[in-house]
Parts: sequence; structure tokens; C-alpha cells
Amino acid sequence: MVTRPNDAKYVDGKEILVTDTDERTSEIPEVERIIVRFAGDSGDGMQLTGDRFTAASALFGNDLATLPEYPAEIRAPAGTLAGVSAFQVHIADHDINTPGDSPSVLVAMNPAALKADLPKVVEHGTLIINSDAFDERNLKKAGYESNPLEDGSLAGYQVITAPMTELTKEACKDLGVKPRDAERSKNFFALGMVSWLYSRPTKGTYDWIEQKFKGKDLVIAANMAAFKAGDVYAENADLWASRRVVRPAKLDPGTYTNINGNTALSWGLIAASKQAGIPLFLGSYPITPATDILHELAKHKNFGVRTFQAEDEIAGVGSALGASYGGHIGVTTTSGPGLALKAETIGLAVSLELPLVIVDVQRGGPSTGLPTKTEASDLMIALHGRHGEAPLPVVASSTPADCFFAAIEAVRIAVEYHTPVILLSDGYLGNGTEPWRLPSVDDLPPIKVEYLTEPNNVGVEGAPDFMPYLRDETLTRPWILPGTPGLAHRIGGIEKDDTGNISYDPENHERMVRTRDAHIAKIAESIPPIVPRGDVDADVLVLGWGSTRGAITAAVGRMRRKGRKMAQIHLRHLNPYPPNLAELIKSYDKVIVPEMNLGQLAHELRAEFLIDIKSITKIMGQPFTPAELVERIEGAIDD
Amino acid sequence: MTETITTTRKDWVSNQEVRWCPGCGDYGILMAVQMAMTEIGSDPDKTAFVSGIGCAARFPYYMNTYGMHSIHGRSPAIASGLALARPDLDVWVVGGDGDMLSIGGNHLIHAMRRNVNLTILLFNNRIYGLTKGQYSPTSEEGKITKSSPMGSIDHPFNPISLVLGAEASFVGRTHDMDRKHMIDMFKRAHDHKGSSVVEIFQNCNVFNNGAYGDITSNDRREEMIIDLHDGEPIRFGHDGSHGVIIDHGVAKIVETADVGVDALTVHHHDNPDPSVAFALSRLASNPDAPTPMGVFRSVERPVYGDVLEAQLEKATADKGPGDLNTLLHSLPTWEVG
Repeated sequence: MVTRPNDAKYVDGKEILVTDTDERTSEIPEVERIIVRFAGDSGDGMQLTGDRFTAASALFGNDLATLPEYPAEIRAPAGTLAGVSAFQVHIADHDINTPGDSPSVLVAMNPAALKADLPKVVEHGTLIINSDAFDERNLKKAGYESNPLEDGSLAGYQVITAPMTELTKEACKDLGVKPRDAERSKNFFALGMVSWLYSRPTKGTYDWIEQKFKGKDLVIAANMAAFKAGDVYAENADLWASRRVVRPAKLDPGTYTNINGNTALSWGLIAASKQAGIPLFLGSYPITPATDILHELAKHKNFGVRTFQAEDEIAGVGSALGASYGGHIGVTTTSGPGLALKAETIGLAVSLELPLVIVDVQRGGPSTGLPTKTEASDLMIALHGRHGEAPLPVVASSTPADCFFAAIEAVRIAVEYHTPVILLSDGYLGNGTEPWRLPSVDDLPPIKVEYLTEPNNVGVEGAPDFMPYLRDETLTRPWILPGTPGLAHRIGGIEKDDTGNISYDPENHERMVRTRDAHIAKIAESIPPIVPRGDVDADVLVLGWGSTRGAITAAVGRMRRKGRKMAQIHLRHLNPYPPNLAELIKSYDKVIVPEMNLGQLAHELRAEFLIDIKSITKIMGQPFTPAELVERIEGAIDD
Repeated sequence: MTETITTTRKDWVSNQEVRWCPGCGDYGILMAVQMAMTEIGSDPDKTAFVSGIGCAARFPYYMNTYGMHSIHGRSPAIASGLALARPDLDVWVVGGDGDMLSIGGNHLIHAMRRNVNLTILLFNNRIYGLTKGQYSPTSEEGKITKSSPMGSIDHPFNPISLVLGAEASFVGRTHDMDRKHMIDMFKRAHDHKGSSVVEIFQNCNVFNNGAYGDITSNDRREEMIIDLHDGEPIRFGHDGSHGVIIDHGVAKIVETADVGVDALTVHHHDNPDPSVAFALSRLASNPDAPTPMGVFRSVERPVYGDVLEAQLEKATADKGPGDLNTLLHSLPTWEVG
């Protein structure tokens, strides 16, 4: 019997003006949501600006989702399309899942930003433009033949221009800031304008500027002055008609924080270390977009966290494996190229049967690929990317905050089952943020750790004997810490028997290969059955994994509101699958799998369950938007 | 480090049959390590041997200690993780010239510069033995092997020069024909705090027999081995007939009678400047000339693990022991009623 509870609580707003004005709202019209995209040169501070607008909105109580997009070069040539750095944030008065389909507001700091991102903006959207940057040189660099601010090409939009550079310099001129330095504060002018337009509280931003630039008084003064000047400019420039407010969202009661996936994942590892009662060791080599996990964990040495910046990816995983052997939770963090380099050591961990967590914050591949863009194309290498028969558990996080719980689950499996585990995140989750209702520390799942301290077997003539590869009912071998009196033994990558000693016996090898495989399969017994969301009588199942969760949830919600019966499953466990997946997946007429790769999970599911799968794929370095998913899912249903 | 205990060699011998080729130099090294352990006073249960791949890398299976036979070249990285996680253990690393200087060269040099508390035994037989005879990164130019039928065109590493360049804090050299010298080197390498490396000239009697015969055979040692003794003039040969001077930074062999004992360079292994040790390492690039043996360098430098632990203690003293609930609330938060 397949359980299909009805969970129809999807909310997904349209941008509809709420015109009634009561005392609560003053005269500012309310909107359910806005999607703002800050775009400029990579030196213009767009990530910082977007981040700050997000934080102000989070503290105001909106639900939100963010999408930072930046070039791989630290400083791509100024003024060019390649150098455009953007930050998109979706804020709403209700529960939302994604950074949105298309921005309703574009802040463009130069012609290149306008050119690159204008096609993304909704019809009749609002453009907030720094007119000072639209000189002949910048227009040429962006490939404009005429000035779009003058040639009428923006007629379909609501255009708000401001000479942001000059006004910022003017605002700073009495502060003793050099004009060149003052110019760098123009992003705060833009932030001031946008904050006024969307009625964001300003105090938080003032406090933040003081905190962020502590000790640099001139920078604080310049940024404050620019922010205020932007705010005043917007108020005085007769932009009242454009002003909107997005009310706080009705979220579940609790304490919230705005968190990105890399931070949540780091905290999850620390929490898991606490839950297991053993120290955390991170061996890592810097790689985009995973490096922030190394940065974050390096800050928390008071939790007993040891971070080791290794000489290369291989030493990163090697040192983590060595630490695991010594009784720590060994973790290594990387992205695709690093995962490829670590493959041999992960295979060793499979053979040794030691706990190890390998975090892959995926990015566009192959090779260097798109280092700063997101993709979910490492599923196959995670599942199969080792020589020999080398199965291991693979778990995936699905939202920025979910990275916290995914990390705990990865550590739980690694430690309780004594196996390497690959945890898949991606660039979109790692850098993107969402409000997170903080869990109670007391509610976190326990992680059971047992060490062997005495002989575990009886040998010839009843003498106590010890076998490092003697297994329990879950086929897990004991964890024996070096230093334990009387249990000294050797382990290695050569095939072994239960004593840990080398064995080239043909039957033993077959037994060990099959046992290691069965051991990983048995982990399914510790995974709760998966429960689909949506309509009980659905004939269509949309099945996803990883960061597509938000977009799929929004798309399925929209389709169901139009009357289409649908169900949705999102997989945390990609090996082994939840125990009821086979039964469940076969109970739908159509199974549709959207993925940010060429259909890797679809391929796996077809092979595993011998059923047809409709695969929807996207490999553009950007997440799916709900709108495009609705269209693609409808296409797949009709196919 | 552990407290010293009394053991016999037998306590260090595992139940595994040793499976090196008969006559291999590794047997002598194994024996010397086991004997050194009894003299050091180590506890087998508090000792771990980590190796990579190669003939030498089978070593852990023969020691009655904790051990890991890992993968090719990676043992210094794995051992670093183990040593940092478990400062209470004695962690030894064993590997050959291919393992440590070719596929694992990167890990070796970084272990040196970090000064992780490891004792590294580098078995140098100047050949790939386990794959049955290809030239290695220490094989001499022109060497005829299965993979170099017309002679190797690779220029070899000088392992001592390499590790000195990698900021090693302890560098020693010994050879498989002199058990007493090996035991002495292993003890001193062990007692050194930080990364220590001992290059062991080791004979592969199957694929590179006699590689060191010109210097290590009984009748050649007196004139071909330059024993380095701390605080003493560097002399060798019958009655110290020869010695070493450093001339414009270059080590040169001289006849003692020609220059006088006082002119000979006095060896200081704790010299902060590694230049003299480096010059000594360049005296012989091939084992056909007088070759220094002993401790080239032994200097005190902060040990990676000690500093790491001190940072953990300082972080805990400054911020208090980590509290998960405080961590979760460390970014700006807001309440929803």
C-alpha cells in the first residue's frame, strides 16, 4: 500500500497590487513580492549591496531567496559584459521557494550590466540606472551603438535614472574623502534608492556599515553619506508613484536567521561532531565554490575543530582519512575537479571501511568548466567514480538551510556505518540564502559512536581473538582507535579477510566485494520511507534531487492550483534510495525528473527500476526558474 | 609522546610472514627498526606505521603495531592527519624512492615544511622494484632498465638536497649494511620533535644489485663513508686521512695532512643556516664517491601539531567552549511570533 497524504499547502504569489490602504500601510501600495536584481561591474560591490538589501529584508520579516552570480575572474576587464556581477533577491510576504522567475526591478550600474541583464527583466519592469556610467567609452565596451537612455529602446520599462557617481562624490566632498575613493561608495547610493523605493528599514544598514567597516572611519562616513544621499534622492525625485512595500511573511513562529548553504553546511558538521561526541577534522584545498566552508570552520576552533589547508586535493582527503583512522570525524570539502583527484583515496576509504565525509559543492564542468556557476552534474562521479566495485552512500542537500541537516545525516551514516559518504551541494545552494527557522539544539538527531576496546571473537581453544573486519548485524565493522591496548592490527588497500591481513583468495575477494555492497545497501534500513507531497490521486510524479527543490515545489504548486493532479518527491538519499522508492515510483503513470545535468538521475532510475523516465535538463550554470519548469513539465506530460 | 616501556624485539614482530625477496636490504632495515623500538622504549599499541605502495610499503604488516598500508605516494598526507588528530601516538611513515619522491613528492616536501610530528623512513634503492625494474627518480642518468633500454635520460633527485630545500628540520642518512648506525639514526629521528626524514641506502638484490656496493661493502666503508658527528671536524679514511672543507659555499674533499685538522669544517647539525648541510649533500651525487652519513641537520622549529593545539586552546580560552545554540544565533536573527 502506497501512502499518499494530501499536502496541498503550496503558496506562490503573483505580483498583484493591493490597493486598499489602511492605517497600517500609510499610502504606500503593497505588493506580495518583488524580485530585485543588482547588476554592475565586478568591482562595483554588487554582491555586498545585494547581501545588505537581503539582510534588511530578512530582518523586516520577509521570506526570501537569493541568487548571487559573479564572474570567475576576480577583476574581469572593467565595463565589459564578461565583468558583470549580479545579485538577485526575491522577497515576499509569503513562503517562497526560489529567487524568482524574472526580476521586476533591475539596478544597472553601467551599460554592460544593463545589456547583460535587461533580457531577464519582466515586461514593464523597473530599471534603476546610474546615468553617469553611460558615457561613450562604456557604451562602446558594452557593445551599444547608441545610448539606450536616449534612443527610446527602453520605452517598455519604467526607467529611473540617477547620476549616482556624481551625487555620491558630492555627498562625500566635505568629509575629507578623496573623490576617487568616494566614487567607490556609489553602490550605497543605489542601495539607498532601492531601500527607499521598497520601504526597507534603514537603521539596520547604518549599524551594519559601522560594524563592517570598523576602524575605517572615512569609509564608514562615505558609505553612510552615499546611502543617505540615495535615500533622499529617491524621495525628492518624485518617485512616490513607484514606491512599494512588501509586508512581512507569515512564517511559522520561531527565531529566524538568513543563511547560505556553505555556512549551514559548516554548522551542520559542527553540530554532528557535537552529537557524535567526537572532534571534527577538515582537510581541504581551496576551490570555488566550496572554499567558504574551510573559512567558516577555521573560525570555530573552540568547538575542537581542526582545519588543515592541505597542499592539494589529494592531501586534503588523505589527511581527513588519517584523522578518521585516529578517531576524528574526517571531512574534506571540494568541487568537481577536486572530487576527481580524490577518487583513489575515497576508494581506499571504501576498502578500509573508515568513516569519511566528502563534501562536493558542485559547479559547471567538465574540467575547470564554469567555476562560479552552478550545476548538478557530479551525481555519476559521486555514485560510480572509483575503480573497482566501490559503492558508497551519497546524500544531497536541497536548500541553503537544508545543508545543515544534510551534513548531520552524512556524518551519521559515515560514523554509524563506518563508510565514506559523499555529500552533494552546489554553487547555488552554497552561495544562495534563505531565512531559516533555527532548530532547537535538543531536537537534533543523535549520532551513535562505538569503539571496540576488547577482543570481539573467540579463537582456537577458546582464547580471546580479535578481528578488525568482523561485522555486526548491519555488516558494519568495528571502529578501533590506534592506541587501544591489545588491539594493534594492520589495515590496507589490498584485499583482506576478516583479520585485516592480506588475502588473495578468490572466494574471499568475491565474498568481500559482495559484503561491502550489501553493507551499503543495508543503510536503507535506517532511512525513513519517503512520503510524496501533492495529490493522492496524482498520475504524474515530479521527482528531483539537490537544489532544484525550490523551483520544482513552486512549479508543481502553480500547476496544481490550475487543477492538474500532481505529486512530488525530493530525494535526500541517492544511494541507497529510501526503502519504499521502488514501490512508490512504479505507482505513477508518468515520472518526470528535472535535473541540472544531462539526465544523470533519470539514467540511474531507468537502470534501477526498469521504468520510463521523462528527463528535463538544463545546463546553463543557472538554476531552473519555476516558470520554465511549468512549461517543461507540461511538455513532458503531453509528450 | 608516550611513556617509555620495556619491550623485546619479539614484541614488535607481527604474526605475518615477511615476503620480501630473499636477500633484500629491507630485512635488515626491519630488524633495525624493531631493535630501535626497544631502545626508544615505545609502546607497540601507541605506535602507528603508515605506508604507501611499493616493496618498502609492505613494512606495516610486519610490525606488531597499528598500521595502514595506504595508496601510492599519499602516506605523508594520511600520516599528517593521523598525527594531528592523535598527538599521543608515535607516527612513522615508510616508503621507497618512487613512492616518496615521484608520485608522492608533493606530500613529502609539504610534510617537511609544515614540521608535522612524523618520522619518515625513505628507503632509497634507486629502482622501481615492485613493478619489476624501471628507473626511479633517484636512478642515475644513463641507467639501463626495462623502461630505459637506451639509458635513462632523467636527471635524478638528490633526496637529502631535496628535503633540505623543503625546510626539513631533521635530515639523516644511513645504509642497510650497518645495523648499529641505522638504530642510532632511527632513534635520533624519532626523538626529534617535528618532521624527520632518514634516507636509507637500500640494496635491491633483484633489480638493482650492488647499487651502493662501492661505498657500503665492508672493505670500502672506511674510505667511502664520511661519518658526520656533531661538533667534530668532518674526517674520514684511514686514521682520518681525508676531510671536508667548505670553500666558497662548496664542500670539497681534502687530504687532512695538506690543510691541517684545524682547517677542516666542523659539523654542526643544529646550524640554523642549512647551507653547509646542503653543500655536504652535494659531495656525492652517485655512490661512487665519498658519501656523508649521519645527521645532516637537526634544528628546533615550531611543530605544526603543537601550534594547532595551542590555537584550539587559545580559541577556547578567548571565546569559551563552543556552544551550538550560540553558534546558530551568531548571525542577525529575528523573531516571528
